[in-house]
Amino acid sequence: MEKTWLSLNGPSPVSQPAAWDFQRMFHPRSVAVIGVSLQRDRHPANVIFNKINLRYPVDVFPVNPRGGDLFGQKVYTGIQEIPHIIDLAIIVARAEYTLDILKACIDAGAGGATIISGGFAEVGRLDLQQQLAELGRHHGFPFIGPNCLGVYVPGCIDTFFIPPERMIRPQTGKVALVSQSGGVLVDLMTKFAEQGVGFSLGVSIGNKALIGELDLLRYLDNDPNTGVIAFYIEGFARGEGRKFVLAARRCAKPVIVLKAGKTHDGMRAVSSHTASMAGDYAVFSAVLAQHGIVEAANELELISFCEVLSCYQDAVDGRVGIISSSGGHGSLAADICGRHGLSIPAIDAQQQAEIRADLIPSVQPIASLGNPIDLTGSATDGDFLAAAQHLARSPNIDCIILLLLPYSPEITSDLGARLSRVCRRNNKPLAAYVPHVDRYQMLIEGFEFNGVPVSPSIKGAVLMIEALRRSRPC
Amino acid sequence: MLKNRIKTVMDASRTRGWVSEPDAKGLLAEGGLTVARFTTVTDPERIQSAAADIGFPVAAKVISTRILHKSDLGGVRTGITGPEELAAVFEKFRRMDGFQAMLIEEMVSGLELIIGAKIDDQFGPVVMLGMGGTGVEIYQDISLRMAPVGSDDVASMIKCLKGGRLLSGYRGGVVVNRNELTRTLICFSEFVMAAAEMIESIDLNPVMCSAERCVVADARIITKAANDSTIS
Repeated sequence: MEKTWLSLNGPSPVSQPAAWDFQRMFHPRSVAVIGVSLQRDRHPANVIFNKINLRYPVDVFPVNPRGGDLFGQKVYTGIQEIPHIIDLAIIVARAEYTLDILKACIDAGAGGATIISGGFAEVGRLDLQQQLAELGRHHGFPFIGPNCLGVYVPGCIDTFFIPPERMIRPQTGKVALVSQSGGVLVDLMTKFAEQGVGFSLGVSIGNKALIGELDLLRYLDNDPNTGVIAFYIEGFARGEGRKFVLAARRCAKPVIVLKAGKTHDGMRAVSSHTASMAGDYAVFSAVLAQHGIVEAANELELISFCEVLSCYQDAVDGRVGIISSSGGHGSLAADICGRHGLSIPAIDAQQQAEIRADLIPSVQPIASLGNPIDLTGSATDGDFLAAAQHLARSPNIDCIILLLLPYSPEITSDLGARLSRVCRRNNKPLAAYVPHVDRYQMLIEGFEFNGVPVSPSIKGAVLMIEALRRSRPC
Repeated sequence: MLKNRIKTVMDASRTRGWVSEPDAKGLLAEGGLTVARFTTVTDPERIQSAAADIGFPVAAKVISTRILHKSDLGGVRTGITGPEELAAVFEKFRRMDGFQAMLIEEMVSGLELIIGAKIDDQFGPVVMLGMGGTGVEIYQDISLRMAPVGSDDVASMIKCLKGGRLLSGYRGGVVVNRNELTRTLICFSEFVMAAAEMIESIDLNPVMCSAERCVVADARIITKAANDSTIS
C-alpha cells in the first residue's frame, strides 16, 4: 500500500514495527570486541577492549580471524567460537567485512551490535549500509551505527574508542542523550559532567542505518532509568520528522532537541510566499513547539534544560518570584526574564508585611520585598527560608529563582538543602544561581542532591524556568 | 470524494505546474472555504451581464496559461465601478501572453491575512497563518503548524503572530470573526491533508477577514512534479 502523510499520523499497529529491545545491548554482561589488532595497541578496537576489560563489570572477549593472544587473553577467531552468549558485539572491522560479521553475530544469538566502523553512506557506500539494515531488520537484530562512537551507560558499558584517561564522563543520572554526531556527544558529556548533570545513557547513532531517533525515543520512554530524553539532531529523513514529533508528544517524559544546521535551508527557487517564508528550520522549530518538545538554542540551553527537566516535570506559566541578597542580581535576572517572556508579578503590601514580620530584626528595615526580593548582604539562612516559604505559598507565583551569593557571612552551607525542602513541600519549582567555585561545592550539592537544579550563571537559572514554560505544547 | 476531485484537477494542471485560479477556488469551496464570488468571461459580449451578476464594484483578473504572478504583470485590477472601465480592462487583458479568460469577482473587504501550506520534507503537510498585505515577505509575521490542526492550534497560531492584536479591532480597526477564521484554517488543513501527495505549496493571499466572514480572494496551488508523488 502506498504510504501517505495521513497514514503516518496516528498509531497504526499494523504498519508500526515492534519496539526494539535494547536492554541486552545497553546493559550487557558479555561483550565481544570484533576487529582487535594483534600489532597496534592504539587501534580503536584495542582501546575499547582494554577499557571494558579493566573498567567495566562485564566479560569481554577479543575477536580477530587470525586468533592469537592479547595481554594474555585468548583472541577468538569469530564470535561463534566464544563459549558464552554475547549480549553486545562491538564491530570495529573494515566496512567490507561488516556484513559477514553481522551475520555471524545474529547466528551466534547476540543481543545487538554497535558498528563503529566508517566507510558507508558518508563515503558513498549507501548500498553496503542498506544491506546491513536489511539484515538487521529481517532478523529483528538491533545495531547502532555504522560510523558512530556507540554507547555509554555509566557503570555498565562504554564503546567509545577514546582512551579512558582522555574522557570525561557524567555520573549516573536521569538524562539520556542521543546524538547524530559522536564528536558533539563527547563534548557535551564533558560539559554535562562539569555541570554535575548525570546520564542514564549516551548514544552516538552515526549513519543511523537501522536504529534512529524514533526507535530510541520509544525505548527510552519506557526505560525506568531515564527521566529526560535529549537529542542532538542534524536532520530527519523524509517523513521521519513527523513520526518523531507525534511519538514525542505521546511520550510521558520531557523531550529536548538541539538542532544543528539552522541556517542551511536547502534554498531553491520557490514560487509561493508560503514556501519562501516557511523555510526548513522555521518549520522544524514551530513543529517542535507545537508538540511540546523543548528546543534548546545552544549547548548552554541544552544542559540547563536537561538539568531542570530531570528535577521537575510539570510545566509552569512562568510567573517568577526572584529572591537574592543583591539588588543588582535581582534586576539582572528580571531583565533576562523579561526577554524570555517570563513575568515578575508584584508582591502586594499585605504579603510584604507578612514576609517582613518573619525576617530577623536587623534585616527587616533594609530588605526590599517587592519582586525581585532583595534580602541584602546581612540576610541569614532563616531570612531566605522565610522569603521562600511565602513565595512558595503565593498563588501569584508559580516558580522561584534564587540568586545566592555565598559571600554573605550569615549564610551557611546548609542553606541549599533547607531551601530545597521548602520548595519541594510546596511543590513549587526552584532554580538557583550559585557561583561555581570549589569552595561552594557543599552548598551547591545541598541543592542538587535534594532535587534543585543549580546554574553557574544567572542566565542559566532563568533558562531553566524558561524550559519549564516551554515544555507545554504551544 | 474531495480527494478524487482534487486529483482530477491536479492531473489536468500538472504540465503547467499550477492550478488556475478559478479551478483552485472551486476546489477550496468544495473543501468548505468561503471564496469570493466570481465568474469568468471569454466573450466580450458577455462582460456586462456577468458583471451585473456579481454587482459593481468588481475586481478583474487575467486568466492565462502563462501568467502565475498576475499582479506583477498588471493582470489584476480592483475597484472597477462601471461597464466601460471593465470593457477596457478586458481589452488590455486579451492582449496578454496566454490569455484564456477574464475573471470578474466581487470586491471583499476586511483585514488582509495570508493562509498557506507547504509539504515539508521532514514533517509533511504544514499550514501557515500570517499577516498579509504587500509587506508580507518583509515582516514575515507568520505562524506555522504541522497539519492537520485543531481549534487549539489555531488559537495558538493567532497568539503567536506579532500582529495578532490587529485581529481584535486594534484602534477601531476590523474585528475578525475568530470562529470563522478557526473554521477556515481547520477546513484548509483538511484540504491540505487530502491534497498532500499532489501539491507542493498553496498560497491563499489575501484572505479578507471581517466580523462576518473570511473570504479567499486569491488562491495559488503549485502542483507537485509528476515523478515525485509518494513518500517511502
